[in-house]
Amino acid sequence: MSNHQKSHKRLTLILVCGVLLMFGFAYMLVPLYKLICQKEGINGRSGATASSMAGLSIDTTRTIKVTFLTTLHQHLPFTFKPVKPFLLIHPGERKLIYFYAENKTGHDMTVQAVPSITPGDAARFLKKTECFCFTQQYFFKGEKADMPVYFFVDPAIPSSIKEITLSYTLFDVGDFLKKQQHFTKGRIDL
Amino acid sequence: MTDQHIATQDNDHHDHDSHHGPAKGWRRWLFTTNHKDIGTLYLTLSFILMFVAGTMALLVRTELFEPGKVLLNPEFFNQMTTFHGLIMVFGVIMPAMAGLANWMIPMMIGAQDMALPRLNNWSFWLLPFAFTMLMSTFLMSGNAPDFGWTFYAPLSTTYAPKSTDFFIFSVHLMGLSSILAALNIVVTIFNMRAPAMTWMKLPMFVWSWLVTAFLLLAVMPVLAGCVTMMLMDRHFGTSFFNAAGGGDPVLFQHVFWFFGHPEVYILILPGFGVISSIIPTFSRKPLFGYHAMVYATVIIALLGLVVWVHHMFTTGAPMDAQLFFMYATMLISVPTGIKVFNWTATIFKGSLSFETPMLFALGFLVMFTIGGLSGLMISLVPSDYQYRDSYFIVAHFHYVLVSGSLFTIIAAVYYWLPKWTGRMYSERLGQWHFWLTTIGMNVTFMPMHFLGLAGMPRRIPDYALQFTDFNQICTVGAFIFGFAQLIFLYIVVMSCFSKRFPAATSQVWEGAHGLEWTIPSPAPYHTFETPPDLATVNAAAPQLE
Repeated sequence: MSNHQKSHKRLTLILVCGVLLMFGFAYMLVPLYKLICQKEGINGRSGATASSMAGLSIDTTRTIKVTFLTTLHQHLPFTFKPVKPFLLIHPGERKLIYFYAENKTGHDMTVQAVPSITPGDAARFLKKTECFCFTQQYFFKGEKADMPVYFFVDPAIPSSIKEITLSYTLFDVGDFLKKQQHFTKGRIDL
Repeated sequence: MTDQHIATQDNDHHDHDSHHGPAKGWRRWLFTTNHKDIGTLYLTLSFILMFVAGTMALLVRTELFEPGKVLLNPEFFNQMTTFHGLIMVFGVIMPAMAGLANWMIPMMIGAQDMALPRLNNWSFWLLPFAFTMLMSTFLMSGNAPDFGWTFYAPLSTTYAPKSTDFFIFSVHLMGLSSILAALNIVVTIFNMRAPAMTWMKLPMFVWSWLVTAFLLLAVMPVLAGCVTMMLMDRHFGTSFFNAAGGGDPVLFQHVFWFFGHPEVYILILPGFGVISSIIPTFSRKPLFGYHAMVYATVIIALLGLVVWVHHMFTTGAPMDAQLFFMYATMLISVPTGIKVFNWTATIFKGSLSFETPMLFALGFLVMFTIGGLSGLMISLVPSDYQYRDSYFIVAHFHYVLVSGSLFTIIAAVYYWLPKWTGRMYSERLGQWHFWLTTIGMNVTFMPMHFLGLAGMPRRIPDYALQFTDFNQICTVGAFIFGFAQLIFLYIVVMSCFSKRFPAATSQVWEGAHGLEWTIPSPAPYHTFETPPDLATVNAAAPQLE
């Protein structure tokens, strides 16, 4: 009997450890997901950090149409749109596009644009050297500005892809403020 | 020497104890550590909740009888679909399976009780509190949870009603209850088997539950993590699922379905075990391919852990990932097919009789396969784009959960009821119950396939005019199905309390094999205080061909 009790205790303990491990695993999924998304370019995640374009040559034989799309999250009272609806770009070439934003909320506001790229398989190849979406953007009441994105398409992109859509959703990030307030690098105030 | 002495004393004391029957009155049920009592409690709770969630389903079907508003506000409609799903999954199927495990596993492996009886009591009594808390959200100001049983973020975080916090804690309690029950089952099966009972003599029901218990231990903590992240997003300023703070709502779906897909195997695997007990009994033949059945069960569980993305093909996963998850999903149909073929082979050339448990088992075999085939259709990425979030999905998962899991539970209840109560049930009413249930079930869910293919989305309280006819058929079927369950209630209550029906023998069914059939009916309060010997175990073991 007492022998039995002891082995119950041991097995129970092992299983409880397994359960705790799996609870931890649920949280492990968060960094794991970020890592996989960044590596695979899922959800435009690779577009959230600056890339270098050292050693790339321009492939003028191909032209890709990059269309820009903007969305305001939860009816945020902002104007937010690209200055041009699309650009034609050769793989390996760097281009600059501005997005116009105007704060119509009637008070100061910090926002951040979250990128998304379709088709999914193109996400890895559309890269940015500089983007307003890398940081939070501070807007005074009524402030208007053009915000820059420098981007290029990696020549390694599959030849089947002829069109890419780069979409930004603008979020009110008032609840998630980062330290570098009033960060407006590269912005043209209007 | 001293140790031995103490051990003997302990045993004596135990023997003495066991001559007390159960305690009297409500204390028996509140404080019980007896596996049979706890099994009864689980099954009773499940039975009550089945009528609660069934009523909700009938409200949903009533609303869908005609386009436009029939009875319910859209908000309340959403709460009904949410609660119907939540209660049926967590309050009906899972507790019923746990109840069967509690009743049957110790009796099938020759153990005197579960390994951790006090824990067993706790794991049951968490559930009534969990569901009281969940249902109490209807009494609160604002909406009750209304985001579907899958509670996708941000519907369940940013846009959720305030009562969602009660939902979160009730899911915590349900999860804790399942984890403790699974833990207990694993320890029982590992440590409490009769000495002569080796692994390959375990009845299939026990094997199925062992695999299920491991699945529960693996994924219920992930569900707990998932709702905890929701809670943190809602109140502690984190942004796991909020893009504004750097999170991602798609992450929610990954965490949820990492739990959610194995969950569907948790709901069906014990049922496979039930069918593997019933079909040989009424075919009067040993189960065909016992070893293959064991391995198939294990493989289904393992594959079930790596296919969760097939619930989210349209969220934009990369092509390679979609291919992997599509093929892995289709691969599951191989071990499942092995099981279906083995059951069919067991029936083949058997000496069949069609008592109610067998009818439900055969109904399961046919209709679960229909659900499996529609599952194969939606596992294909390109066709999934068409079927997703339509009534085709609703039809599919009701075929595998109603004519799958629920049918196996009903079959199990008819099969073991005489062992539990010591009396037979009314066979004539049982047949009525089966036919009405089967007809009702098919009239309800078969037209949903066509509604889905024609483009009717799920979770919508209103629909376009051209869907009216088929929806009305569905609603009529749902009421037949729903009211047929009152016959079931009547049969079970009569078998428990009426003396009208003949007393059951120990073996109950002519072709039944297994340790549970060697003890008298009704099963005494304490069984197998001394483990059965080798000869008894061997005689009762699943016979190999």
